[in-house]
Amino acid sequence: MTRAARSRRDDTPDAHLFPTRPYDLVREFVVAIVVVGVLTVLLAVAFSSPDRKAITLSAWATAAPADVVATATAELAGTSTSASYGAPYNRASEGQKIGPLPTQKWGGVQIPVNSANDLVIDPLASVAQDPSLTTALTSWRGASADQQITWATAYGDALAAAPGGDPAQVKAGDFGPVPVLAARFLTLARSGSLEGLLTTSFYDGNATKPLLLLADGAYLEDQARADHLGGDQWGMMNETGNYPGQPWMWLYTFWYQVKPFSTSGNADALVWVVMVVLTGALVFVPFIPGLRSLPRHLGVHRLIWRNRS
Amino acid sequence: MPTVERTGNRSWTVRLRNRIGRTVPPGQWLPDRQPEYVRSWIYVFGVATLAALAFVLASGVILTVKGADWWHTSALGHFMNSLHLWSVELFFVFMVIHMWGKFFMAAWRGKRALTWITGGVAFVGSIGTAFTGYLSQSNFDSQWISTQAKDGLNAVGIGGYFNVLDPAQMLLWHVMLLPLVVGFLVVAHVILVRRHGVVPPFDAMPPPAAGEPELDADERPVA
Repeated sequence: MTRAARSRRDDTPDAHLFPTRPYDLVREFVVAIVVVGVLTVLLAVAFSSPDRKAITLSAWATAAPADVVATATAELAGTSTSASYGAPYNRASEGQKIGPLPTQKWGGVQIPVNSANDLVIDPLASVAQDPSLTTALTSWRGASADQQITWATAYGDALAAAPGGDPAQVKAGDFGPVPVLAARFLTLARSGSLEGLLTTSFYDGNATKPLLLLADGAYLEDQARADHLGGDQWGMMNETGNYPGQPWMWLYTFWYQVKPFSTSGNADALVWVVMVVLTGALVFVPFIPGLRSLPRHLGVHRLIWRNRS
Repeated sequence: MPTVERTGNRSWTVRLRNRIGRTVPPGQWLPDRQPEYVRSWIYVFGVATLAALAFVLASGVILTVKGADWWHTSALGHFMNSLHLWSVELFFVFMVIHMWGKFFMAAWRGKRALTWITGGVAFVGSIGTAFTGYLSQSNFDSQWISTQAKDGLNAVGIGGYFNVLDPAQMLLWHVMLLPLVVGFLVVAHVILVRRHGVVPPFDAMPPPAAGEPELDADERPVA
């Protein structure tokens, strides 16, 4: 066989043919267990772990009532993030694409959410002995879809124009029953019963609707940004406080910080494509010409196998 | 042909034993010798990764036994959560160093591609496992991370099946499905390491057997 022919093949010899020296695998593992155990305990004692309490809808309503009213109004107007999201919650938009491929739409509506009804109207309908709310609900349900959107959009605009988004300072307008619905929604959220009304059964562990509602408001993101967790603050890999978070996600988070991803409406889908390609390259590096030969040329191996010429 | 031997050949037990013996020959499961070229601190990080994984699993099992809310309401539970967090951090630190070391050695040489692949997929699976752990904390971090992460998963059409806004689903993935996958990959990875041994240095040749001539440098195989 010629040298050239051999060089095209991987003729790395069997490791078991090389001279050996004594080695105690079990002792090495036991020492590793002890050292890693001590390190883990020391780190846990010294730094503990973060546990900032979850934001309840009641706490949200108390801390940012104007945000709750604006969010409820946006749900009714169909302008909230969840209402205009697309798959898997609804068909309000095509969602993100990879080039011409509507990947988000392809996923289908697997978790149907009608933001106006599921997040606002249905919870309000459970409130008893409130004649003005009952009247408002009757008025809302009796109106056409266009009329509902006109009322809610007008009220949303009026809230945005009011100082601090304060409902009490909204100028008069034709808002239909929306001000009453939004005000009662705030009352319901303050009462602490809204979370339960957004889930479907006694044992429901699915927080999709409460989380969609909370994320539709500005309060959650404000709190996150104040804790350096924003999307443009490498937020996906951080966690509250001065903790390391998930640094192993640095590459995934990195792409969101740079163009074209940072300015693209399809950033999430595009970042996924990049990461799938890079992950494939990592996993299949033994089969990628050039990349698989890189370590030989980098020469770092000389630091590992120092005794070899 | 003796009856005993034919019976033995048909025995599933013997076949399994022979198969295991062919996969990792006796003496290679727990070797008491290793190649002389294995003389670097970088080799420690594979075992360190396994040691950290042991603490991840142990603390995770205790948290599982006590339930999802325990660590929010008990000082001991919070400490156990801290052990879980820091063992995970160490696990990833050791694993990343281990992977870089193996990359610089081109440790996939000598029919070790599957060893590299199982390690790489275990790394990716570990990221998924840790991610679902963050989603299962039932605190502010979980709320924020889940509402952000949903967009990435929904954008590629899988969010409806892997719903990060459903903590119950995420908790089951975290404590059951993903640990099973990662556990299987880690076991397979370790078996492959034991089967093939530690990759030799570039261009290294074992000493010739008795009666064989030693190859010149330019006659040695190139990886």
